Parts: sequence; structure tokens; C-alpha cells
Amino acid sequence: MQKPWPQHPEAEPLDILLAALATIARLDVIAALLIGSIGGVVIGAVPGVGPAVAIAILLPATFGMDPLVGLTLLLGIYGSSLYGGSIPAILINTPGTPVNALTTYDGYPMTQAGQAPRALGLAFGASFVGGMIAVIALILFSPVLARIAPMFGSREIFLAALLGCIMVVVAHRGQALAAGALLFFGIFIHTVGMEANRYTMRFTFDQPWLTQGIDLIVVVLGLFAISQAFILLTEPERAGKVPTLQGSVARSFLEVFRYKRTAATGAGCGTAMGIIPGVGEFVSQFLSYTFARNRSKTPEMFGKGAPEGLVASESANNSVPPAAMVPLLALGIPGEELTAMMLTVFYVHNVIPGPALFQNNMDFVIALYLCLAILNILALLFLLSATRPLLRVLAVPSRFLGLVILTLSFVGIYSLRNSVIDCMVAGAFGLLGVMLKRLNLPTVPIILGIVLGGIMEERLRTSLPRIRSIWDWVDRPVSQIIVALIALVLALHVWGLWKEWKGRKTHG
Amino acid sequence: MTDTPPEPHQEESRRKSVADTDQALADLLRPRHHRAEIVFALASFSVALFLASQWASQTTWFEGQRAGRQPGLWPLIAIVGMLAFGAAELVTCALRNRRARAGGDTALAEVAFWLRTAEFLGWFLAYVLIVPWTGYLPATLIFCTALAFRLGYRGGMLWLAPVMGAAVVVLFKGFLSVRIPGGAVYEVFPRAIRNFLVLYL
Repeated sequence: MQKPWPQHPEAEPLDILLAALATIARLDVIAALLIGSIGGVVIGAVPGVGPAVAIAILLPATFGMDPLVGLTLLLGIYGSSLYGGSIPAILINTPGTPVNALTTYDGYPMTQAGQAPRALGLAFGASFVGGMIAVIALILFSPVLARIAPMFGSREIFLAALLGCIMVVVAHRGQALAAGALLFFGIFIHTVGMEANRYTMRFTFDQPWLTQGIDLIVVVLGLFAISQAFILLTEPERAGKVPTLQGSVARSFLEVFRYKRTAATGAGCGTAMGIIPGVGEFVSQFLSYTFARNRSKTPEMFGKGAPEGLVASESANNSVPPAAMVPLLALGIPGEELTAMMLTVFYVHNVIPGPALFQNNMDFVIALYLCLAILNILALLFLLSATRPLLRVLAVPSRFLGLVILTLSFVGIYSLRNSVIDCMVAGAFGLLGVMLKRLNLPTVPIILGIVLGGIMEERLRTSLPRIRSIWDWVDRPVSQIIVALIALVLALHVWGLWKEWKGRKTHG
Repeated sequence: MTDTPPEPHQEESRRKSVADTDQALADLLRPRHHRAEIVFALASFSVALFLASQWASQTTWFEGQRAGRQPGLWPLIAIVGMLAFGAAELVTCALRNRRARAGGDTALAEVAFWLRTAEFLGWFLAYVLIVPWTGYLPATLIFCTALAFRLGYRGGMLWLAPVMGAAVVVLFKGFLSVRIPGGAVYEVFPRAIRNFLVLYL
């Protein structure tokens, strides 16, 4: 790793900004920015691929890269795919990524009403505004985070990871039980193999290949990429037609500023929800959309082609990726599956994200945020100039896409350890992923279980010398706040369940 | 200028429209229950039971050590969690299926879909197993062409499949230098060609 170099904690903000600019002013970073932004838009525009599949496949290839280059590439795909995902959502009523589902509610009716370029322009504009507001807010917020991050010791990180686990369960309303079972399954997967403290074996069944445990990348590729390939290969062919687009998208882009309050609120919801582990895009969009509808003079138009609805959903979802980097960088805690995958890039390079990174390598953090800002600009420029030729990707036959994903998945898994067994394990997780996706059950709790389970086990062990009684868990302000948050989240969840049960009883 | 108050029927239709959107939003946040979920719940609970039965023999518990330092603690937490949530999930699925006895998707049709995907797992594993013998490029060309043929592609798309496969090999092994060893069949080639094949294809 060439950078980040250690930074003095009291360095001037301008020095940090200049150091960050120097960090990204390199050919390889610029190439990653271009490939990430354009590649992300294209991947997002193809229904059935999505950023999770693309990132899972590309992950092993980034291990050989400098961390900033690898992360920029993956972040580019993460952020830009949401821009691209709005295209099929608006034009053919099929979200390019799951996150763009809400975009279909108002985007597709606008297309049916002959306003497709306007809907696309608004979606791109809202995504851009959401993304940029989130990046700017987080750059401004970084000095505060740098001061807060050192207050997180082992106990606080353990509690924050526990909060993440609880959030990922309660955020899946109506599926909390399945999410809980899958989260604990993920924690179990983390425990398989030789544990690093006493070197004892756990659930290896005397099989040498289990000694090293089950690699996170193998699970990720199986659950996201291989399962998607299996589904595409098994389902009937979906050969899309290339839709026609009449009119200027670029002109409609500026119309987003007529809905600046909606866009700003969406960005605020996305930023706030993105920071909280386990919550993510769906909840932020829901809040933003509901808020926009409640303030609207024409709430009955929502779901029937309301421009504000489109702006609310797109601004919220695109502001989540920058915010999701906060718990990852500041505490080493990923909030969802994509940042969990990115965590492995840090681990491969022996860089442990956490308070020390925020405190000593602020230039690296700011460099990442600057990259995110540039990625937003590049994605927007690409879309405003190339939306029409990009529509051709909608014609790729779905089963052929499955073949491509399966071929690419092999590279990702086999190149890790040249292990046939890894491929078999990934294939088994692929089948599990098929079941979960078809049943609309979440896959994220498994990934977070693996990552957060590891963090909790390690942090609990390092906390133990200072823990004499249960009150030692809450003897510091940050841990008190986290415990209060845990209690609040659980209380709200139980209250919600009680209300639901009462409502069901009332309505028979 | 004053706003005209809406007519009662307009207000009613407006309220209905807002309620429809509310339902759509709720569906987005809370996907509908599938009858086949009970198969998954039963399978996952059975796995949890099996793991629980193996916990004592597959983990170590040191005498006189704090629980937090025990290697067996986290597998125990994980298994207890899987059992508790799995049992509750199983009961909930059974109740939901009973409530929605009539209509809806059948669990058997869904299980049949899962089984059909196993065919492609077979294709994938066959591909994995032939790579060490034939080498990465030939195995990829064979896999892509054969699977495209199986999927029913003829003509242009059938030709496109090996071209795509070759592009993947050249990109990942040739340019990105991912580690995939050469095939056993490369040994029959003269040394110079063999080195090239091992390094780039």
C-alpha cells in the first residue's frame, strides 16, 4: 500500500484536502474512476445483474490493486449502478437493481404518459443531487467523526456490531425471524475452522479443507453471483426490446431544482439511514417518499407519475453509498453486503479500518469521498451523453446473461486458492441463494453475520480484562448511548409488533 | 383567489389512491410470504438441530476459563440463535400457510424450480473439474459453447458464447493476471509455447 501515509492528528483541513487530492491524482485512480463510474452505470442498467453480483465477481481481481484503486473501482460500481438501475425501472417497469423498485412507481407511469426523457432527466438529477449532498455532508462531518472515532474502544465496537446485528434483523419487517435465523447462520459460518486464540478446531468434522474455515468471498460469490446465474439460466428467457427515447434527457435534468426541497430531504434521509448499520436504501427511500407525499399538494398522484415521488426515491437511494462508508471506515463495521465485501479489500492489504484510520489517515478518507464526488460527476456526464446507446443493454437475453455471470464467477472463486472445493462450496451457497431469492428472503444477514460475528468475538475477548461486572459495559458515555439505542430499537420493534397484532385482532 | 374545497367523492378517491400507494410501499418493505418458505424453515431448523447435536464433539470448552474466552462460546451462541429463530420461523410459516390455505403458489412448484437449478450446478462443477486437465482457455470455450447450445441458442448467439468466454480468459488471466494454473494438457506442447499458455491462457 503506497498511501495512506500517517497524518498528524492536528493537521490543518487544507493540508488534509491537498494530501487527499495528491493521493487521487494518479493514473491508476483516474482509470478506476472512469471504469467504475461507466461500468457501474452499464451494470445497473442490465436487469438481473446489479452491483452485488458485479462487486462479488470483481472483488478477487481488486486484491492485487492498491487499496484506494480497488475501493474506488468497487465504490464506482456501487454508486453508479443506482443511476443505471433507474433506466429500465423508468422505461420498461423493471428495476435494474432491487433498490430502484420504488422508482418504477412514478417513473414508469411517466413513460406511459409520454414523459420518458423527463423522468430519466429527473431521476439522474435527483441521484446526482442526493449523491453530492451526501458526499459534501460527510466531508464536512469528517472532522467531527475523527474526534468521535477514538472514543470507540473494544467494548463500544462490540456494542456497535451488536447494534448492527439487531438492526439487520428488525429492519426486515415481516421477515425478522428468517433474518434472525440467517444472521446466526452467518455467525456460525464464521466460527467454522481453526480459531485463532487457542488453535482448537470448531466444526471441522476432521476435514482438512475446513481447517481454514469458509472464505467470505466464496460465500459472497455463491449467494450473490452464482445464485443469480442459476435463476437466470432456469427461468424462461427474457429478451428485452430496445425502447425508443424521444426528446432531451439533458434538458429535464435541471428540472430537479424545481423540487430542491424534496431532493434535499431525500439526501438527508439517505445519509442518515446509510450511516446506521443494517438499515440501507429501502428504509431511506420509504421515509423520503412518505415525507414527500405528505408535503405534496397532490398526494394522490404518487404512484401514478408524480415527479416528486421519483425525485424522493432517487435522491434517497443514491445518498446511501457515501454514508454507508462511515461505519466501515470509522469503526470497521459494514452496514450492508456491499460494504462487507469492501471490508475484505482492507483486510487483504492489512489495513484495518477503524478509529485509527479516521484519526491518523484522514487524507485517505477524504480521498475516498472525493473519489465518490468525482464518480457522481462522471456517471452523470456519461448518462447525459450516452443514454440512448446504453439502452441496447436492455436487449441482452437473460439466459445468456446467466451464462456470462457463471463464467465470471468461476474466475472469482478459483483464483482465490485454486481450490475445486471452494467452487463446490460456492455452488452450494448458490443453491441456498436461489432458495432465499425466490422466497423473497434476505441474503444480507448471512454476510453481516459472518463479518459482525468475527468482530464481536474478537472485541469481546479483548474487552474481557476490563469487564468485572455487567455495569462495566456501560461505564463510558459512548457505550451508554449505544446501549440506549439498542434498547430503543428493541422497544420500537416490540411496540410495532404489538400494534400490528392489535390491528389484526381488530380487523379480524 | 381561494382554493375550492374538493367534492366528497373526489376526497374519497384521493384517500383511496393514497391508501393504495401505502399498500404498495408496505409490500416493497415487506415482501409477501411464499408457501414454500416452510420447506426452507424446516430444512434450516433441521440443520440447526444437527449442529446442536454435534456441538460438544466439535468444539472445545476449557475448565476454569471465563465464558468469553471459550472457543466453544460463539458456535453455541450461533446454534442457540439458529434454533430459537428457526423454531419461531417454522411455527410462523405453518400458521401463515394455514391462514392462506386456499390459492397462492404451491410449495411443490417452487421446490421443483430449486431442483431444476441443480442442473446448472452440475454444469458449473463439470467446468470446474475440467479446468485442471484441459487448461483455462479450452475449458472455458467448451463450457460456454456447450451451455449456450443447451440453452437453445443457435446462430449468432451460439458463436458469441465462445467469443465471450475467450474475452473473459484474456481479460482476467492475460491482463489482470489472476492466478489460474495451466492445464495438464499444456505439458504436451514445446516449452516456449507451454510457458506462454501457462502464463496467459
